Amino acid sequence: MTAEIGLASLWLAAALAALQLFAGAMGLTRKGETFAALVRPVAVVQGLLALLAFACLIRLFAVTDLSVKLVALNSHSLKPLVFKIAASWGNHEGSMLLWVTVMGLAGGFVALVERRLPERTMLATLAGQAFVSLGFYGFLLIASNPFERLNPVPREGQGLNPLLQDLGLAFHPPTLYLGYVGLSIAFSFAIGALVTREVGPAFARAMRPWVLGAWIFLTLGITAGSYWAYYELGWGGWWFWDPVENASLMPWLAATALLHSVSVLAARDALRTWTVMLGVVAFSMSMIGTFLVRSGILTSVHAFAVDPERGTFILALLAINIGGALTLFAIRAATVSEGERFAFLSREGALVFNNVMLSAILGIVLFGTLYPLLAEAMGAQVSVGPPYFNPMSALFAIPMLLVLAVGPLLRWKRDRFERVGRALVIPAMLVVVAGIALVVMGGVALLPFLGLVLGIGLAVASFMPLRSRNLRRLPLAVWGMVFAHFGIAVTLIGMSSESAFSTEKLVAVKVGETTHVGPWGVKLERVEPAAGPNWTALEARLLVRYGPDGDVTRMLPQARSFWAPPQQTSESALLTRWNGQLYAVLGGEGADGRWQLRLWWKPLVTLIWIGGLLIGFGGLLALIGRVVADLRRISLQGRIAWRKDGMSKLREGER
Amino acid sequence: MSTQDTRHRAPRWAIWLPLALFGLFTALVLVGLLRPADRTVVSALVGKPMPQFKLPAALPDRPGLDSADFAKGSPRLVNIFASWCIPCRVEAPQLGALAKAGVRIEGISVRDSTENLRAFLSQNGDPFAAIGADDDGQVQLALGSSGVPETYVVDGKGLIRYQHVGEIRPEDVPLILEKLKEAGQ
Repeated sequence: MTAEIGLASLWLAAALAALQLFAGAMGLTRKGETFAALVRPVAVVQGLLALLAFACLIRLFAVTDLSVKLVALNSHSLKPLVFKIAASWGNHEGSMLLWVTVMGLAGGFVALVERRLPERTMLATLAGQAFVSLGFYGFLLIASNPFERLNPVPREGQGLNPLLQDLGLAFHPPTLYLGYVGLSIAFSFAIGALVTREVGPAFARAMRPWVLGAWIFLTLGITAGSYWAYYELGWGGWWFWDPVENASLMPWLAATALLHSVSVLAARDALRTWTVMLGVVAFSMSMIGTFLVRSGILTSVHAFAVDPERGTFILALLAINIGGALTLFAIRAATVSEGERFAFLSREGALVFNNVMLSAILGIVLFGTLYPLLAEAMGAQVSVGPPYFNPMSALFAIPMLLVLAVGPLLRWKRDRFERVGRALVIPAMLVVVAGIALVVMGGVALLPFLGLVLGIGLAVASFMPLRSRNLRRLPLAVWGMVFAHFGIAVTLIGMSSESAFSTEKLVAVKVGETTHVGPWGVKLERVEPAAGPNWTALEARLLVRYGPDGDVTRMLPQARSFWAPPQQTSESALLTRWNGQLYAVLGGEGADGRWQLRLWWKPLVTLIWIGGLLIGFGGLLALIGRVVADLRRISLQGRIAWRKDGMSKLREGER
Repeated sequence: MSTQDTRHRAPRWAIWLPLALFGLFTALVLVGLLRPADRTVVSALVGKPMPQFKLPAALPDRPGLDSADFAKGSPRLVNIFASWCIPCRVEAPQLGALAKAGVRIEGISVRDSTENLRAFLSQNGDPFAAIGADDDGQVQLALGSSGVPETYVVDGKGLIRYQHVGEIRPEDVPLILEKLKEAGQ
């Protein structure tokens, strides 16, 4: 029954999305007031129905109902409950259903709370949102029905990719999806504004919390995904420039640019066209990224669900949504007036620079991701990796980081460099000192060198906007900016330190033997079998000691074999110290009874993810600050209106 | 400092640029979709000789497995299995049927104990002509196998002709028989 309820609510939700689109479009015409009144309630109910469908799917997975094809293909009765639930979105159909659910709920939420925009823009926005959703509903109902039954019912399910059987990863895709879909709201706002030509500060203020929220989720999702790849794939790398990773980075870059330009538009009524375009581009990047991952058009180490036929369907969706939005943009952009002017040396100027650099990096990542496809079309097989991405993105990232130190100190509209120069003396001196120290130490390559010195300078410079200001009265949004920029510096230092100072050792050791990596002594005490709910493993017990007189600690890396489906994974062991991480992987046993061990000592590597969390935390502070300020303004307006109302009644009474 | 006017209107063509780029992207991807490359995973070992190995007997009353024996003989199946592997139980009836049809099946038992192996064979049937004990999984790795069970069709000259990953289901039996027939020609 559950499956049928799920399917029925999915059809109903799709029908309501169609109604929402129609009513929204009619509402924009002169005589469409009746239709206009329909749009908001329909949007809310549509979101709730999508949620009901998704809840049904989760229930089917929780009870392992093997009569549903999707469950039989992706789950197994022996699996722990939390992974059964995670399996409901850890596959193609389920993740698409999660996508429309979040889109529907977000649209419903906008319909409930958003009152700042002109009503016509609001109608166009909700109609746009329904239009995008409708494509995805169609995709689910026609090409990949998650509730399809299976006959005969199999005795057992086929399991979940063991690489995905990990708590971090179970919640990584939903986090990213919340980000992607938050951007869909920004996209719809941009469409709405283009349709009614109402691009101004009110539009920017309405859009900003959605961009901020989406950006926070993207940041956290990317951080979690990078840490997962680091410890679960067992090769000690945290960023591989894999198409799947790029698929999440590209919307983040666009959203970061959008976040900054939307602030300019909200505060200064400038960058109108540019903001609208970024709104369209940011969500387009989410969809293009998802398409590239799902269609199987690019080969990737972790493209989990690929299917070229569905790829064609999603491509058609992309062509309609993105192509349509960009056409609308091209037609309407010329009629959107440009807004206020500003000098090159000003807060706006710095933000424009940041936008251009971010867009350039986005272009580089997109080109690098698509290049193998281009080469294949010409008959060659190539793969593009770090040797292209690292220097090319650094080329634009470095100037951007320099301006990042200056930008927040500049005033709006126009400024003088002498005024901000003084604040940068200390960071600049730190950069020089760190540079000299690294040169004396020697052996650091150019990019990590630049990363380290810039990171140290930026870490201090990001706190400069707090200088000589009343910290208790400072808006939360400013604190948010400070934390996010400081997080960038922290991540940068972690990345550079990891690539500059890591030491690696691949050895074959006998039981009882000790080997050394960096400052660590590592003794292989024993290797024993271990077993879990659906895997068996060989587990090594390592006794490790930092320096000659440190305490002895245990590490337990495993080589695991799963049997449903059969696959072997390396469960690496990590030991975190304040100054870095020791990373151990157990390999096979040699003919002479020696065990292969792969060991890395990675100084300060944890800063990469601590920085990511700081960036997300900064975003959260800014979001809270903005929302609280908005609520205050609304309640203030309400009180003023109430007083006016009261006053006029009093006066009437006097008469 | 002079105020530079940054309120230039973007040139007309620049506004169409994103759409043009997206058009290029669509065309490129469409070409990629319509001419999909052959992405079926074929084991690197298919068409190659069995790797050299010599496994001791897993059970005292049964011979072990020497890769040299494969070069002189008729087509046969090599099945990698273990008593701790649940899908191996699922495929046991199919292996039994193949053995009954006259197919010679050699077993490689991975990381197992004699007692467990005996219990497994008495419960699920014993289709094996010989069983080699691969106690550290080295031969399994040399065969390019990623898990248990896996089955190889080996021809009379010791060349691997087909690799079946995962359990053999009833519907897979005709394919395996056909591959064995091809290997015999």
